[in-house]
Amino acid sequence: MPTPTLAVWKFASCDGCQLTLLDCEDELLELAGRVRIAHFLEAFSTVVPGPYDVSLVEGSITTAADLRRIQEVRAASKTLITIGACATAGGIQALRNFADVREFASIVYANPHYVDTLATSTPVAAHVPVDYELHGCPIDRGQLLGTITALLAGRAPDLPDTSVCTDCKRRGVTCVLVAGGTPCLGPVTRAGCGALCPGVGRGCFGCFGPMAKPNTPVLIPLLRSRGLSEGDVDRVFSTFTVTETRREEP
Amino acid sequence: MSHRSRQLKVSSLARVEGEGALRVRVDGGRVERAELNIYEPPRFFEAFLRGRAHTEPPDITARICGICPVAYQTSACNAIEDACGVTLDPGIAEARRLLYCGEWISSHALHIHLLHAPDFLGHPDAISLATRHRDVVERGLALKKAGNTLLETIGGRAIHPVNVRVGGFYSLPTRADLRPLAETLRRALDDALATVRWTAGFEFPEVELDHDLLAASEPGRYAIADGTLRTASGPAFAPREFPEHVVETQVPHSTALHASLDGHRYLTGPLARYTLNSALLPETARQAAAEAGLGSVCRNPFRSILVRGVEIVYAIEEALRIIDAWERPPRPSVEVPPRAGTGHGISEAPRGTLYHRYEIGADGLIRAATIIPPTSQNQAAIEADLRRVVEDHLDLGDAELTDLAERTIRNYDPCISCAAHFLDITWEGR
Repeated sequence: MPTPTLAVWKFASCDGCQLTLLDCEDELLELAGRVRIAHFLEAFSTVVPGPYDVSLVEGSITTAADLRRIQEVRAASKTLITIGACATAGGIQALRNFADVREFASIVYANPHYVDTLATSTPVAAHVPVDYELHGCPIDRGQLLGTITALLAGRAPDLPDTSVCTDCKRRGVTCVLVAGGTPCLGPVTRAGCGALCPGVGRGCFGCFGPMAKPNTPVLIPLLRSRGLSEGDVDRVFSTFTVTETRREEP
Repeated sequence: MSHRSRQLKVSSLARVEGEGALRVRVDGGRVERAELNIYEPPRFFEAFLRGRAHTEPPDITARICGICPVAYQTSACNAIEDACGVTLDPGIAEARRLLYCGEWISSHALHIHLLHAPDFLGHPDAISLATRHRDVVERGLALKKAGNTLLETIGGRAIHPVNVRVGGFYSLPTRADLRPLAETLRRALDDALATVRWTAGFEFPEVELDHDLLAASEPGRYAIADGTLRTASGPAFAPREFPEHVVETQVPHSTALHASLDGHRYLTGPLARYTLNSALLPETARQAAAEAGLGSVCRNPFRSILVRGVEIVYAIEEALRIIDAWERPPRPSVEVPPRAGTGHGISEAPRGTLYHRYEIGADGLIRAATIIPPTSQNQAAIEADLRRVVEDHLDLGDAELTDLAERTIRNYDPCISCAAHFLDITWEGR
């Protein structure tokens, strides 16, 4: 069997999710022996033409050129996995979707007409079929390795769809919301990070995005009773996965 | 060969962070044009920071860069604490510096081993390099991992740490919690010294550059997480005076703005820090520098790989010094109640000085934000180097010259995602 090929692609993003692959310091050299890294500009000068067995796609779609490029990446990839909040939800830059992007550009640039940008930042799945999604801002290193390992073994990756509460219970972290009185999005947020924020005594701020069936209406009064103002509640649902969590105006 | 017109082009720069291209046009033996094109799509952070709470910029601006999130968190905290008139407890300030050491170690180890060293040894990447020098690549990865272990221990996560807040941290470790980290760092110090010795054996193209320099500076120590600004040309100035000295302008070929210091081109980053502050390095780092052939100044950008190695040695020494003296502070953070005002914050990101400015209302909401990342400040210097290096080597063939041009850019470890996401001009919020 020929060595499977792996490609890594970047769209609008901070590079943190593809960096997660390089952060697998103990596994990187072994991984490079089991897959052929065919396209990964952040760390490799050699580019091997497609098709690719697996493509990891980081970043959201924010320009007309990227709208075309994601179609090409999809066409060249047997399995396409989106990695991180930008690729799966549009990222924090999707806050523009709820504002006037021309006004945004004029705030940052003196000559906004030089800048090529779409009015929205959208997830990859809004444009092409996606096989698997790794959530998080950034993604979890263990989940990334587990996913690549599963695909190499010919099985589907095992991705959690419970809430951060299950991670807390598993770690034995005392509930910051109930016992600590700290506002926490853990009850409505996808598991996967290992309950990092409650682990340092902080409420979850939802960087893995909403779980499958979030019971947000029950959580909101709890957040208010722990001291969040109406504005705070709006802001806490308007961050890295805003396209999935933005509360509808009443 | 020098009489014909030549175009050198790299459409997608590799082994840099973010999306950029380079274009050079040579006519009749002269470089007509040398451009670093940044086509990374803009993300408009400064626009959507308006209306956010004064507690949010550390988490939000971390997302500008996955490689230097601590720099963003620190400059943001410094600026907001300045606006609100708050000073950190000494132990909390030490913890912030300790966390920052982790980012220097991790980011520099990444650049040296995975991005930069392959250039000197004729390899396209570190995996290829590992086929010949596996031990060296493994040592580099171990060093990078030590930096990440520090980031995880203090910050809770290596990429976009979760434990940082305006005023300090959510929680801080005990002495006992830090013991395994100290062991890891002691081993890493040997690896760092070996790395400096290894890179000292590389062949460096000869070039000396005369850009002005800008770096944070602190009395008695090599600045990392705070300080005032020093330059090679004029008097030092405070972070609040940054906008009077550094001016950004937009150019058509880049989504990153170009900056100038008092009207001229300048450089920030490892070469600037080292040249302005090397006398303040402690013994081990200074000795490592001397053994690698570095004098008290370094103005050859190809030798920046040596300076990064020396800075890793320093960051490990400094982290160990903080850990050895560590007593958990009585509280992990100080209260930062909002007040109407403007604050300025700087810190030394691995790639250079990172400036944040926030204007905050009495309601604690941000009225205006300005972020000036190092790579946007360095663009003019990078392009000047590109011009100079190409002009000095016109006898090379197109392929070799293009390769050298790409290396010239890689010397700066440019963080193009940062640059495009943050470029900003002077504007006043509404």
